[in-house]
Amino acid sequence: MKKLTGAQVIFESLLRQGVEVIFGYPGGAVINLYDELIHYPQIRHVLVRHEQGAVHAADGYARATGKPGVCLVTSGPGATNIVTGVVTAFMDSIPVVVLTGQVATHEIGNDAFQEADILGITRTCTKHNYLVKDTADLARTIGEAFHIASTGRPGPVVIDLPKDVITGEAPFEYSGRFEIRGYAPVTSGHPGQVKLAVREILKAKKPLIYAGGGIIHSGAQRELLELAELTQIPVTVTLLGLGGFPGDHPLFLGMLGMHGTYGANRAVSHCDLLIAIGSRFDDRATGKVEAFAPSARIIHVDIDPSSISKNVTVDIPIVGDARNVLARMVKLLKEQGEVWKGARKPWLEEVRRFSAEHPLRYEPSEDVIKPQYVIQEIHRLTGGQAIIATEVGQHQMWTAQFYRFTQPRTILSSGGLGTMGYGLPAAIGAQVAFPDRIVFDIAGEGSFQMNVQELATTVQYRLPIKIAILNNRALGMVRQWQELFFDERYSETSMDVQPDFVRLAEAYGTVGLRAAHPKDVVPCLEKALSIQGPVVMDFVVDPLEKVFPMVPPGHGIDQMILEKPDKKAKKVVPLTFPS
Amino acid sequence: MKNTISILVENKPGVLARIAAMFSARDYNIDSLSVAETMDPTMSRITCTAVGNDLQIEQVMKQLRKLIDVIRVINFTTANGDFITREMALIKVKARERNRAEIMRTADIFRAKIVDASRESLTLEVTGDEEKINAILELLKPFGILEIARTGQVALARGGRRLMDRHSGSAKSAVGEKSHRPGGR
Repeated sequence: MKKLTGAQVIFESLLRQGVEVIFGYPGGAVINLYDELIHYPQIRHVLVRHEQGAVHAADGYARATGKPGVCLVTSGPGATNIVTGVVTAFMDSIPVVVLTGQVATHEIGNDAFQEADILGITRTCTKHNYLVKDTADLARTIGEAFHIASTGRPGPVVIDLPKDVITGEAPFEYSGRFEIRGYAPVTSGHPGQVKLAVREILKAKKPLIYAGGGIIHSGAQRELLELAELTQIPVTVTLLGLGGFPGDHPLFLGMLGMHGTYGANRAVSHCDLLIAIGSRFDDRATGKVEAFAPSARIIHVDIDPSSISKNVTVDIPIVGDARNVLARMVKLLKEQGEVWKGARKPWLEEVRRFSAEHPLRYEPSEDVIKPQYVIQEIHRLTGGQAIIATEVGQHQMWTAQFYRFTQPRTILSSGGLGTMGYGLPAAIGAQVAFPDRIVFDIAGEGSFQMNVQELATTVQYRLPIKIAILNNRALGMVRQWQELFFDERYSETSMDVQPDFVRLAEAYGTVGLRAAHPKDVVPCLEKALSIQGPVVMDFVVDPLEKVFPMVPPGHGIDQMILEKPDKKAKKVVPLTFPS
Repeated sequence: MKNTISILVENKPGVLARIAAMFSARDYNIDSLSVAETMDPTMSRITCTAVGNDLQIEQVMKQLRKLIDVIRVINFTTANGDFITREMALIKVKARERNRAEIMRTADIFRAKIVDASRESLTLEVTGDEEKINAILELLKPFGILEIARTGQVALARGGRRLMDRHSGSAKSAVGEKSHRPGGR
């Protein structure tokens, strides 16, 4: 058999995995790989400006397409720079395959130039990681890595590639078949458990669906919609579940949790059956667990057994793929005939009353730009069809609240890790995957500056990303906590010193726009949308605007602050739901 | 409660580090640990004892199963069926003329072997379950224990069943994981 170099094996393997694009940054340990890349025009390489950008871009690509994202960096600092992005993908279960260079095998452990123990560093924040020590193992390892990253509960896989493994030679054989005896995710859901769940659904008077990112990962949006409509059960979602259920559907209650809607949180507090699907009872969703769904039996469908009964004990656990399990539930429920027709009416009326009592709102203004208004206008002007990446903070929560996501894979947001600086590179990943779609990065001026260097990437590849900075000259979310819970002691949250973002965009060779008055918002957005290339929009927004409602940290989600508290009030007292 | 967990893993570098890292990252404690190759050189068996409440131990089991290099896991303490555990200890005791005989009698009672002797000391090798080791240590204490080295527990199920045969041919994670509700929610 003809021998190939390690570099050739890597690209041949990637091609057989259907990889079309790699986000990367070269360096000494991977220089031979980059040299070989020239011979693979089928694989597009996007050169970022910082390795963190590469892994976030691969993550954004994966979230937008559902296919694993691929990232290639060098050893040492190149590898350590990907850690934040790897943890981001790990926390949100995103399939990413990261190729890191490594010093030659005989140098490992010698503190060689640009050596870092990336295997050790990423051991607890990857789904799995590999150090390839022999060129002959490369093809199988890459196959395994893609399989592990994209099946079961998806996640990042790091492959560490010593320089001599890249330059070494081995016969190339790619079977696509391999046996990993320690890995066989349960996908089908135990039939007996599914039956039990169906029985509970039939019995329940006040059921509620609480859906998470698992809906998106398994592509279960149709099945979820079918289940909800068939059984007339209202639906709330997590941040990562947004788009998994149409945001304009009459059964949709909005997001739950710390900045969830009053209607959703109150429904959780009152329901007698909570059907959790592909959601992991994260503390930002549940608040204090003792007060979470106190009177409900709980069904939990999750592909990861370790997510079940981790934070909240459940009554009916079902380990399986959300789409698969939901389809089976729907089938069984349909056999029952339309027994619940009308039966849910009192509950649905109650839930709608909750939502109507305190809908999401903000005080419109004619003098100062309200950040929520910008988001609503982005929604209107894009017909809700855009892919929206966000950074982390207030603007992220406002986006979750006010951009009514109706389709899966349209919101790219770091939920679990809450990584500032995620949005711009993630938007790059999405725009590379979908050159013809409108991609926004809704940002704060704090987060935007964390990976601002990637503006150069958008310019180099003419990626027409629209970056909307909701500039309140502060680290708004922290500032909000300081205002509400730390007696307005604004310790180190001012962003008063900041670049002129319009000129910054121009310096990078693209267009910058500024809107400082409410009447400028729509023209600014329209202009940005009419421009072919990347645009940075600096919206000077109301610095005092806060994200409401809010469950104060440490409280149950039956306690919410609904609006700006009275100036004279000594302490912020959340409204407690009547039982 | 102390749980005796037996883990079959891929015999590859770094696997022990993965397990140790998982325990430490999730703030679980390992009390003892022993590792060695099995009859099948591609596999190693790790026996560890961990203390925690039911919920914590259930999480430990799930997190272990989640590791790709883990092939099979069993918690002998909660599983159906009896199991045996053994541990070996080397105990170096201060030994003078006058109490040498008594130390050797004690060793006899526990079927411990004297594996080293000097003018000031005797070193005993004793094998047994944890209780037995603790018992002999208790009895030797008055003579003055200079040093001990314990292997940590190893364990096997009684009867003909093997860990490798459990859930044979299917996933290592049980379908419909057991749930607990101590402490309510």
